[in-house]
Amino acid sequence: MIRVKKLVKRFGLKTVLRGMDFSVENGEFVALIGPNGAGKSTFLRILASLTRPSMGSVSVAGFSLPKEAADVRRKLGVVSHQPLLYVDLTAAENLKFYGRMYNLPDVDTRIIEVLEMVGLTKRRDDLVRTYSRGMQQRLAIGRAVLHDPSVMLFDEPYTGLDQDASAMLDDVLRTVAARGRTVVMTSHDLARTEDLATRFDVLSRGKIAASATHKDFGSGNLLNFYKNVLEEGKKQ
Amino acid sequence: MKKKNSYLRAIGAIAWKDLAAELRSRELLSAMLVFSLLVILIFNFALELDAKTRNSVTAGVLWVTFVFAGTLGLNRSMAIEKDRGCLDGLLLAPVDRSAIYFGKAISNLAFMFIVEIIILPAYSFLYNINLFQPGLLFVIFLGSIGYTAVGTLLSAMSVQTRTRDVMLPILLFPVIVPVLIAAVKASGGYLQKLPFDQILPWINLLIVYDIIFIAISFMVFDYVVEE
Repeated sequence: MIRVKKLVKRFGLKTVLRGMDFSVENGEFVALIGPNGAGKSTFLRILASLTRPSMGSVSVAGFSLPKEAADVRRKLGVVSHQPLLYVDLTAAENLKFYGRMYNLPDVDTRIIEVLEMVGLTKRRDDLVRTYSRGMQQRLAIGRAVLHDPSVMLFDEPYTGLDQDASAMLDDVLRTVAARGRTVVMTSHDLARTEDLATRFDVLSRGKIAASATHKDFGSGNLLNFYKNVLEEGKKQ
Repeated sequence: MKKKNSYLRAIGAIAWKDLAAELRSRELLSAMLVFSLLVILIFNFALELDAKTRNSVTAGVLWVTFVFAGTLGLNRSMAIEKDRGCLDGLLLAPVDRSAIYFGKAISNLAFMFIVEIIILPAYSFLYNINLFQPGLLFVIFLGSIGYTAVGTLLSAMSVQTRTRDVMLPILLFPVIVPVLIAAVKASGGYLQKLPFDQILPWINLLIVYDIIFIAISFMVFDYVVEE
C-alpha cells in the first residue's frame, strides 16, 4: 500500500531523511517511533503530499508522489496534533465544508454517520470553539474518515490530551479510523502505541534503524526494544 | 466535467466557509472597518479642504484607506488558516490547489466590498462629496479585484514567515503600485469630471493588471503553499 525507496529530504543544508526505505502492506498498522527531530513528522508530511521529497520514490495506494498527488490525497485521511478544524463553525458545518472539498455525493447522510461514529451527534450544532481538546480530536478523526480513505496517517494524535481523553481517543482510533484500513502513526506514547499497532519501526537519524512486531520483542517490551535500538545507533 | 464540478464546488466551499465563520466571529470585518473609519476621520481633521482640493485628494485618501484596511484583512484571513493547521486541511483536499487560491480570493474580495460599502457613505458624509457614481464604483470594483488577486497570493507566502504581519505590506505594496496608480488616477478622473477618453487608459491598465495578477497567481499558488 505504501512504498518508499531511498527517500531524501533536505531543508536547505540540513538533511532530515537520509535514503529512507519503508513499506506498509494493505491493512497493516505501523507505528513510527523515534526521538524528537528524527524526521517522523516530515516523513508523514511527505506521505500526505504536503511536502515534496528532495530525492527518492514514494508511492501511496498505487499512485506516485508528487506526480499523482491529487489521487493520493483522495485515498488519504490525516489526523495530526492540530485538529484542522474551524472553531467558528459548528461540527456539522466543518464536516460539510470538508465533504464539499472532497466532492462527496451525499454529504448530509455521511455527516450523520460520521458524527454517530465519533459520538458527537448531540453536539453537532455547537461551535467547535466550545469543544474540549478531546472532543476536537474526535471530530478531527471524523473529518479524516469522512471520505472513507484506505490509508490513515496519524501524527502524534495524543498530544495535549489527558488520560481520559486519550483512552476515549484509543477507542475511536481502533473502531473508526483503523478498522479495515492501512495506518501509519507517529507517537511518543509507547504504551498506547504498543496496544494499537501491529508493527513498530524506529526512525533514527533519517533512516529506519529497526523494525519489529509484537512477536519479536514480547508483550510490554516496546520501551526496552526502543531504547536498545537508540543505544546501538549511538555506538555506531 | 466531474473534475470541473469538484473544482468549482471546492472554490464555493472555501468562500462559504470564510464568510460563514466571519459573519459569526466578525473579527476580521470589525478590525478592517474600525481601522478604515479611523483613517478617514484622521484625514478629515488633518486636511482642511475646500471643495476644489477635496475632489483632487479624495481618490488618494480612499485608496490609502482601502489598501491599509485590506492588508489587515488579508493577513488575518490567512493567519486563521495557518494558526490551527487548517491550511494543511485545505491542501489535503484532492483538488487542484488553485481552487484554494480562488476560494480565498473570493472571500477576501467579499470582505473588501463589505468594508467599501460602509466606508463610501461615511466618507461622502464627512467630506460632503458624492462618491456614488457608476464609473467610480466600477474603478473601485476593478482595483479591489487586482488588490485581492495579488494580496491573496502574497499573504499565503508571508503567513509562512515569523514576521508575517510586517512581511505582507513589505511584499505587497511594491507589487501593487501599478494597480494603485491606475486606480487613483481613474478614480480622480471621475471625481474631477474629466472626459472619459482621459480616464479610459487607466481603466484599461487596471483590467490588464487584474488579468495578469490572476493568471500569475493561478500558476504559482501551488509552489507558494507547498514546502
